[in-house]
Amino acid sequence: MSAGAEAVVIGASAGAVDALSAVLPALPKGYPLPVMVVVHLPPDKKSVMAELFRGKCAVDVREADDKEPLTGGTVYFAPPDYHLLVEPDRRLSLSSEEQVHFSRPSVDVLFESAADAFGPGLVGVVLTGANADGARGLRAVLAAGGTGLVQTPTTAAAAAMPLAALAAHPAARALTLDQIAAHLRELGGTS
Amino acid sequence: MSDKTEDIELRLLLEAIHKRYHYDFRGYSVASLKRRLTQARERFGCDTFSQLQDRVLHDPAVLPALLAYLTVQVSELFRDPAYFRAIREQVVPHLKTYPSLKVWVAGCSAGEEVYSLAILFREEGLDERTMFYGTDINPEALKRAEAGVYDLDRLPLFTENHRKAGGKSSLSDYYTAAYGSAVFDKSLRRRTVFSDHSLASDAVFAEVQLVSCRNVLIYFDRDLQDRAVGLFKDSLVRKGFLGLGAKESLRFSAHADAFAPFAPDERVYQKQGDL
Repeated sequence: MSAGAEAVVIGASAGAVDALSAVLPALPKGYPLPVMVVVHLPPDKKSVMAELFRGKCAVDVREADDKEPLTGGTVYFAPPDYHLLVEPDRRLSLSSEEQVHFSRPSVDVLFESAADAFGPGLVGVVLTGANADGARGLRAVLAAGGTGLVQTPTTAAAAAMPLAALAAHPAARALTLDQIAAHLRELGGTS
Repeated sequence: MSDKTEDIELRLLLEAIHKRYHYDFRGYSVASLKRRLTQARERFGCDTFSQLQDRVLHDPAVLPALLAYLTVQVSELFRDPAYFRAIREQVVPHLKTYPSLKVWVAGCSAGEEVYSLAILFREEGLDERTMFYGTDINPEALKRAEAGVYDLDRLPLFTENHRKAGGKSSLSDYYTAAYGSAVFDKSLRRRTVFSDHSLASDAVFAEVQLVSCRNVLIYFDRDLQDRAVGLFKDSLVRKGFLGLGAKESLRFSAHADAFAPFAPDERVYQKQGDL
């Protein structure tokens, strides 16, 4: 199953920092896959996410730029007040169209566009959060032949987002944060 | 890259719209365009983009509704207040040296940015000598811009933005509230022209001191971005100013050398002298 993974998308909302702290620092230097992350944040804040995780991670961490080509070993955070999408040619692009689930960036928007670009090569990960964003996106990931991982709801700071994601598709797998981290390492061939 | 049936159909739909109606979306970024056209497809009850293509080719009434999906129309007055503060504090002192001014808001949608600048210019005593051009490809958006009517429930956000942008007056001085709407003062658009113009296919139409084009280029691919920035370059006077969206930059543009960062954090550039 691990063969052929090409990219990882992660969505998180309430409780995101703690959850991501258990996952992103586990990725080793030289990790081959690009990782795109949507965290729900207030629109008027300069995001500190990239800075925060840059200090904790062995991989590169940055805020996504429009039309930037994806490279492995890099974590791209969606900037506040913009949706983050993946183009068919595997460049990132930004959009300021309507909020989805009262959020911009939205997990669904990232996952759906990435599923289109990567098909079976995409791994979608839904972490803690207090709404339903990500459920539709995870369904798109699985429908395109990709892999869906969801934080076990009982271990999440806010269970609604994992619950909605699991309800959206029976093939999504519920895992603890440690298991998700181990799985992502394995997908990169660096278990 | 991708030759999925759906992507072939999407390209053919854009081709059909271009051939039949001369709206050119072929250089737009695919990911968000596809997302919005999927919503349109559902709204029109079509299973495929090919069915939507059939509808748009044979029923001219479909295109105006489709344009609402093809063009993103999300804005607010004084969106990104720090940008308007930079215009006010850093660009306006330069603009004050010109006896007459022209300002082009490219991709103005329903006019929020034009009204923001018109209010700012009035507060700075520049409005009497300034012509504003608000251009967009969407005739419905231009009509709304011309009307200057916004939902009243958006006004608290507009007011807060205006304050953060260094507003020197009360925003309520510029509109009348009635029946759930705020109607902006006609005097703000006395020297404003709202007009149809496409960054994908039209040419330069005026020599201007300031171009404001924010959160438009992100919807274009690299070639179309270059075309649009080329129009701005050709339109601007020497030492004129170009303002972009918070996440847009000229770093990778074919015209990067023609501009110098002026207020880099707020994405304001200045056109260079002789090249």
